[in-house]
Amino acid sequence: MTLNVVSGETLAQRLREVVPNSVVEWNDAAVWVEPNSLGSVASALHDDDEIDFKYLNAISAIDFVEHFELVYHLTSIAKRQTGVVRSRVYGREEPAAASVVGVWKGADFQEREIWDLMGVRFTGHPNMKRIMLWEGFDGHPLRKDFL
Amino acid sequence: MTIRTEPMTVNVGPQHPSTHGVFRVRITFDGEDIVEVEPVLGYLHRGSEKLAEERNYVQVVTLTDRLDYTSSMINNQAYCLAVEQLLGIEPPPRGKYLRTLTAELQRIASHLIAVGFFVQELGAFGTPLMYTFRSRERILDLFEMLCGARITVSYSRPGGVFADAPPDFWPALDQFLSDFEGELEELENLLLSNEILMVRTRGVSPLPPDVAINCSVSGPVLRASGINWDWRKVAPYDAYDQVAFDIPLGENGDNYDRFWVRMQEVRQSLRIVRQCVAQIEPGPVRLELPMVLRAAPGAEAYGRVEASKGELGFFLVSDGGVSPYRCKIRSPSLINLTITEHLLLGWKLADMIVSLGSVDINMGEVDR
Repeated sequence: MTLNVVSGETLAQRLREVVPNSVVEWNDAAVWVEPNSLGSVASALHDDDEIDFKYLNAISAIDFVEHFELVYHLTSIAKRQTGVVRSRVYGREEPAAASVVGVWKGADFQEREIWDLMGVRFTGHPNMKRIMLWEGFDGHPLRKDFL
Repeated sequence: MTIRTEPMTVNVGPQHPSTHGVFRVRITFDGEDIVEVEPVLGYLHRGSEKLAEERNYVQVVTLTDRLDYTSSMINNQAYCLAVEQLLGIEPPPRGKYLRTLTAELQRIASHLIAVGFFVQELGAFGTPLMYTFRSRERILDLFEMLCGARITVSYSRPGGVFADAPPDFWPALDQFLSDFEGELEELENLLLSNEILMVRTRGVSPLPPDVAINCSVSGPVLRASGINWDWRKVAPYDAYDQVAFDIPLGENGDNYDRFWVRMQEVRQSLRIVRQCVAQIEPGPVRLELPMVLRAAPGAEAYGRVEASKGELGFFLVSDGGVSPYRCKIRSPSLINLTITEHLLLGWKLADMIVSLGSVDINMGEVDR
């Protein structure tokens, strides 16, 4: 039982066919996509027979100050392979990306957490409100300029 | 004549004996039936991810103890694996074996808590819980021999473990293993075919495999739905590629299966511990590393383990400094809670507590 890693290049090739204008760049480890195309990228990878990313491991958000980076760790349980999709979100006032909750329900709490702590809003999320902190809390603590 | 009824909203928790910590769930009942569910989290939020950015790589180990405080050994291990991946180092074999051994003892301890509380929530107040705690206490005593702490162990360190086991640890472990065999058998006889337990849990709150995958569920909950997925097998870390063990799978994904899978996993963990004891050889337990570690700028690592509750992952990003630039914690308990609504909707008040218990969450890990 070995685990394969789907390279960013393979993902990019597949995505360029199914979701035009979504791919920004790629390397061995990951593919970068446009934040507003994340929803269609998600369903493309979820429904693709070869890639078959039915399982979302984790969504991480990193504050690189000049942009936010979202990292999606994905797995196909049937094909025993993993892959990484990333997306750069620019702007500090109203950063936003498309939600993937419609494809992977497991993204629900994670996207809410990223909105709460990192301040990246997910459009299309059915319940986009704070999860760890209370409504009315000022700021997003995981941002580098919070503290 | 019909009686007029109206839905009623009840807050279960955050102070409730059966929510496993400070979990709160707003439930709307129609009579006894659950019609609406809304989990409310965050009462134990301590900002572990932010705190990690202010500490050096070794100091962060102590933060991981406080995530899922019923399986601190496994949390330490997951974090250390991520750091090792970041630095490109590998601990010596004895360190790997000690980690595997302690992780499996911790899994037994954690599953014993899960099973004990699960049965307590079914109404068997006190007695079965004390049976499981009796054995768990012995494991915590063993941990105390290893590192001086019972819960907040911080035993794994980047590059190995904190210290070798003292000489009297091994006879004590042998004694525990032989005693626990009988205690586990007693527990199995008491619970596995218990008629009341089966009637209350079989067929209740089933979780179909496709829903489980879509909700990113992991660990015993995923395997109870019949999906063969265990990171110890899929991507073996530490000494897991050296030991033989089976992955127990449920069939229906109902409350009974989730409980049953945990009971079986205790047996498998026992098997792994025995093999570790037989295979471990003398040698160094930790690499010689500087006290303050630095990773290359831009280095990233996603270290994951099969923790007692599911996939525990640490995503570390380095900027070349002495502490992680970002330390994201993928906690199994938080993501397993995604299925709360699916498990509870349409079921009755009396099953609610049991279904929540069958997911086995830990709020230290949910809120972080």
